[in-house]
Amino acid sequence: MTDLDHTLQQLLQLASQHFQVPAAELNPDDDFFKKLKINSLQTLDLLTQLENHFNVELPDYELQGVTDFRTLAERIQSRL
Amino acid sequence: MTPPKAPDLSSFASLGEALRSALEQWPDRLALIEADRDRENCRLTYKDFKQAALPLTQALQAGGLAAGDRAAIIMSNQSKWLIAAYSVFYSGGVLVPVDFKLTAGEQLPLLAHAGASALIIEYPLWRALLQSPGFGSFAVPQVLVTEAPQSADLRGARRWEDCNDPSEPRFIPRRRDELACIVYSSGTGGRPKGCMLTHDNYLEQCQSLMTWYPFWPGVRYLSILPTNHAIDFMVGFIGPFVCGAAVVHLRTLRPEYLKDAFPRFRITYASVVPMVLKAMESGMKARFRELAPFRRWMLERLMSLNRLLTRRKPRPELSRRLFPQVHQALGGELRALITGGAFAEASTLQFFYDLGIPVANGYGLTEAGTAVTVNDLRPFRADTVGKPLPGVELKIVDFNSDGIGQVAVRSRMVMKGYLHDPEQTAEVLADGWLLTGDLGRLDAHGHLQLFGRLKNMIVTEGGKNIYPEDIESAFAGLRVKEFCVFAVNYVWKRHTMVGEQLMIVLRLDPGAQFSPALFEDIQLRNRGLADFKRLSGYVVWEDDFPRTASMKIKRNALAEQMSGRLQHETALRAL
Repeated sequence: MTDLDHTLQQLLQLASQHFQVPAAELNPDDDFFKKLKINSLQTLDLLTQLENHFNVELPDYELQGVTDFRTLAERIQSRL
Repeated sequence: MTPPKAPDLSSFASLGEALRSALEQWPDRLALIEADRDRENCRLTYKDFKQAALPLTQALQAGGLAAGDRAAIIMSNQSKWLIAAYSVFYSGGVLVPVDFKLTAGEQLPLLAHAGASALIIEYPLWRALLQSPGFGSFAVPQVLVTEAPQSADLRGARRWEDCNDPSEPRFIPRRRDELACIVYSSGTGGRPKGCMLTHDNYLEQCQSLMTWYPFWPGVRYLSILPTNHAIDFMVGFIGPFVCGAAVVHLRTLRPEYLKDAFPRFRITYASVVPMVLKAMESGMKARFRELAPFRRWMLERLMSLNRLLTRRKPRPELSRRLFPQVHQALGGELRALITGGAFAEASTLQFFYDLGIPVANGYGLTEAGTAVTVNDLRPFRADTVGKPLPGVELKIVDFNSDGIGQVAVRSRMVMKGYLHDPEQTAEVLADGWLLTGDLGRLDAHGHLQLFGRLKNMIVTEGGKNIYPEDIESAFAGLRVKEFCVFAVNYVWKRHTMVGEQLMIVLRLDPGAQFSPALFEDIQLRNRGLADFKRLSGYVVWEDDFPRTASMKIKRNALAEQMSGRLQHETALRAL
């Protein structure tokens, strides 16, 4: 498993726990707004959870336009 | 304290002149604070602001920006947005504020349509433009990029931070009737609607708004909306600057930092979209629920008492004494929250008012400058969007027996028209009146109440105007006979402006069934749209669409047929 895959798996796991959606229902290319049924403010909450878990800072303005788990994992990976 | 009178802007011919005068008038006053989370990035006086703007202005002028040239800004909410805008106005340029939340593929056609000759942009957004398949058509000759890492390849663009010519640039005067801004109200997927707004439009709007909601030196306005948003441009830039007030930019919307920003910077005013207002209400109510029963009972009684004592007008000092903890948590200086851009629920507005935090809700549209009506709080009304601002005439046309009809506006704040589009201009500007496409009614006290839309569009909770026609290009090539996108409320009328959604109407090929593959294709394309533009559902329609002689879909006729033959609840399926 590559580092990116590992980050992606952790991200999916965290999203599943935080928003109580079964992990099996989440796929890397899913639109997390839609899949987790969250709005842009709730997404910020997810980002805060991810920052705490991965110990990185993810500026809101740099994540503009990111809507799927895979791209989000790439952005996290680039800051690890 | 009693707020001072609004400034007199009548002697200024342009925004550049008004802003330049402000920088001279209050050199040592605080102009800007920029914070990111708990860090403070910068703190500038008006003199510092001027010094920061000189090298950029010099670079823009040396790069060829001349009077009347269009200069675009694509930046998130931060202090450099204001510095860049000032540099453009100082140089006599026409500002094109492009929404940084649009995708690169949506921004590129707007830059081309505006004929931008300069672009000032943040690095992550420039990188997205460079990677966009449409970048081949990019033709802006001068690009200045800020916040780029040293190792970044800017592909011919110049680094803002490298602009260091300290010589004094030339101030280029403009007349009141000349263009100040081209603001795109829609058209990202199809036919751009670039509202041409003059210096007169903005100066009149500012004068009018400041009459009811004055700023003064010492006021601190919290800016969390992007400044390309009409509200923030006016009350988070032009308004505070011409009054010598300070603007605090917070570069995150994370609730924990937003909450702290109010006491940390002792905020006087802040603008929030209804979605943020609602989130603030939920957070406060959750804390109230944790109170012991007696304290919660007391709080509710005090809220009722405050409502009674402030029924004619807000009494900030009294309310602060009644709710010291609430107001201290917000810094103790907050006079009002400003909201607009989308519809705010009356119960939310009342909740804040009862705590002694008036919410200045209003109604406006880009075509009319910024705001048309605002609640003047004398008295506070949660059930309306306020009264017409000074200098604004408002009437209801084609009204029904309930007095509900289309809202029309006439004032010096109304735009000149849409750039390069006399046809669309003629549809909305008639005999000096702007036809808004919104349905409303004026009550006996001159307050405007809104009742949905006549036009086929939605406004999201985040304050984004979305026109269905702009979405359709994302679905071009769908394996159906024909399709079109509608605002759900346009087909099945509801007298509300909350929870608006978009849907796609599909006419399948003869003999074809709605298949899982088609469903997946629609979902895939939907995901490619910015999140606030996505469709919520689809409808399968059994007949060919009615069309004009030139084969354009007759949207009105189709909507009427659908509402007559289909039930909303059964026909609309979720995506």
